[in-house]
Amino acid sequence: MKRSLTAAVALSLAALLAACSTPTPLEDKGAPIESRGDSAGAGSSAASAGIGDRSVRQLDVANDPSKDPFNDPNNPLSRRSIFFDFDSFVVKDDFRPVLEAHSRFLVANPTRKVVLQGNTDDRGSREYNIALGQKRADAVRRAMVALGVAENQMEAVSFGEERPRNSGTDESALAENRRVDLAYQ
Amino acid sequence: MRKLFRLLFVALCAALPALPVGVFAQMRIDVSGVGATRYPIAVANFVTDNRVPRQIADVIRNDLVQSGAFRLVEQTGTLSESANIDFPALRSRGADAVLGGSVSRLADGRLDIRFQLSDPVRESAMGRSTLVVSEGDLRLAGHQIADYIYEKITGQKGIFATRIAFITKQNNVFRLTIADWDGENPSVALRSSEPIISPSWSPDGRRLAYVSFESQKPVVYVHSLSDAQRIAVANFRGSNSAPAWSPDGRSLAVALTRDGLSQIYLISASGEGAPVRLTTSSGIDTEPVFSPDGRFIYFTSDRGGAPQIYRMPATGGDVSRITFGSPYNVSPRVSPDGRTLAFISRRDIGLVLVVRDLASGSERVLSDGGREESPSFAPNSRWIMYATRSAGRDSLMAVSIDGRTKQRLSSDAADIREPTWGPFSR
Repeated sequence: MKRSLTAAVALSLAALLAACSTPTPLEDKGAPIESRGDSAGAGSSAASAGIGDRSVRQLDVANDPSKDPFNDPNNPLSRRSIFFDFDSFVVKDDFRPVLEAHSRFLVANPTRKVVLQGNTDDRGSREYNIALGQKRADAVRRAMVALGVAENQMEAVSFGEERPRNSGTDESALAENRRVDLAYQ
Repeated sequence: MRKLFRLLFVALCAALPALPVGVFAQMRIDVSGVGATRYPIAVANFVTDNRVPRQIADVIRNDLVQSGAFRLVEQTGTLSESANIDFPALRSRGADAVLGGSVSRLADGRLDIRFQLSDPVRESAMGRSTLVVSEGDLRLAGHQIADYIYEKITGQKGIFATRIAFITKQNNVFRLTIADWDGENPSVALRSSEPIISPSWSPDGRRLAYVSFESQKPVVYVHSLSDAQRIAVANFRGSNSAPAWSPDGRSLAVALTRDGLSQIYLISASGEGAPVRLTTSSGIDTEPVFSPDGRFIYFTSDRGGAPQIYRMPATGGDVSRITFGSPYNVSPRVSPDGRTLAFISRRDIGLVLVVRDLASGSERVLSDGGREESPSFAPNSRWIMYATRSAGRDSLMAVSIDGRTKQRLSSDAADIREPTWGPFSR
């Protein structure tokens, strides 16, 4: 009983904090968009809002992640980043199989949409880097159009230097940041 | 139990709005260098009753010293605006000006501030004035008195009562922050878990345009500061970025990729109507900025192979290249007096701040950090604030246009970047 009461207090506090923050609608509350295939845990937040004997214990039922093509490391769909050379906007041949796999998936699933997010390293102007990241995203978009994907299934956008995958300063860190991420909606 | 919850709710809700202020506790300013000539001035403590919370003279002294244009002559004790001044003693200490004043509380709780600036050499008053402010605006009143002194003595408008905006990043939380010119008195206009870049003040100082990534792509917003209402003025397919206000505050030049590569468009500040495309190049066009007379737009373009600064009429067409001599010249800003172009240029030591006299074409490097970005002119054209990176931290620098005085605004706890200097207050 004592334990469940503690849990109830904690939950109520969380609810209170949420209530407190509602008058400030401008605060960002958008969770990062992930591929649907990424959400391995279904029913992950069965909140037990009751007190005492009415408490509800949470049960997690997860899909087998290895059966999801987006998470199966042997499936090219699990690779959702295309990396670029310094000052380059050319999709390298190494990434051809990845783009082909995603293009096949999108052609077979015409209701699925993907956002192509261009990224750069942090050298130079933030705004110019937005434009450079866009150029990379557009290169991937054009390659996938050539592989048969409909334009309306894709949007090319840019994060410029604002979303580094590696915050280091050496060349290998910078290379990780020169990329296009495929984010399924 | 329910009563306890209610108490907790009240306590938590009362505490939460105060939380962000603590973030800035460690923000600090370091000043280096001084002007070619520093005007010696004595600023006495103002006469007050003991119910006034802070000494307004401290704010005035800090402003004058940080400007690099003044040096403080020691002045002990208080001096009211109407007291008899010991001019010979001030002359012997080398003071060319002395400020005295008083603060008293009116029946309605507001503060009545009177001050007089005097000339010890001529033994005469240079000027006197009165301000009536609410207690919360005491600091602002100090800035306004410093502006009064600065203008009396240098002949130029002061910027001590202006505000700046910048972005802080702390633990992957981004805050669009408004503060006094010296980083004091901060308040947060927008908090987000995704990046915010390129804030820009509207000419009336009431709104900010900026780029937010909260919807997982760059979208341009216009945000009204007093009521936190905002409009997504550019949310087209692709990326929307680089907002720049027209001098009349009615429209914005932006960079959009709706038609392919980044190009420059004109949109209305209300978000209504269709964008008008201003550039049609086979390269990247971005970072537009209006000349203060509204006739031209300066922008960055790599149409020649590498990013350089170009200029075109504000209606588009007739593009001419402005910068040469470096393979990377970006982020143009025109001074409010229309005389100077500031930009970021790659030179031997890295990316530095360069100013170019638009009439003569002569250029001067104003910084030596090598990681500079995002310059912004003070409204009196005498200072440029920019972002720099050193020791793994982003901080802001303000440099006088003659390059002699610099001040750094930094925090141990947060990265501070993307400064934009607000207009003169009206």
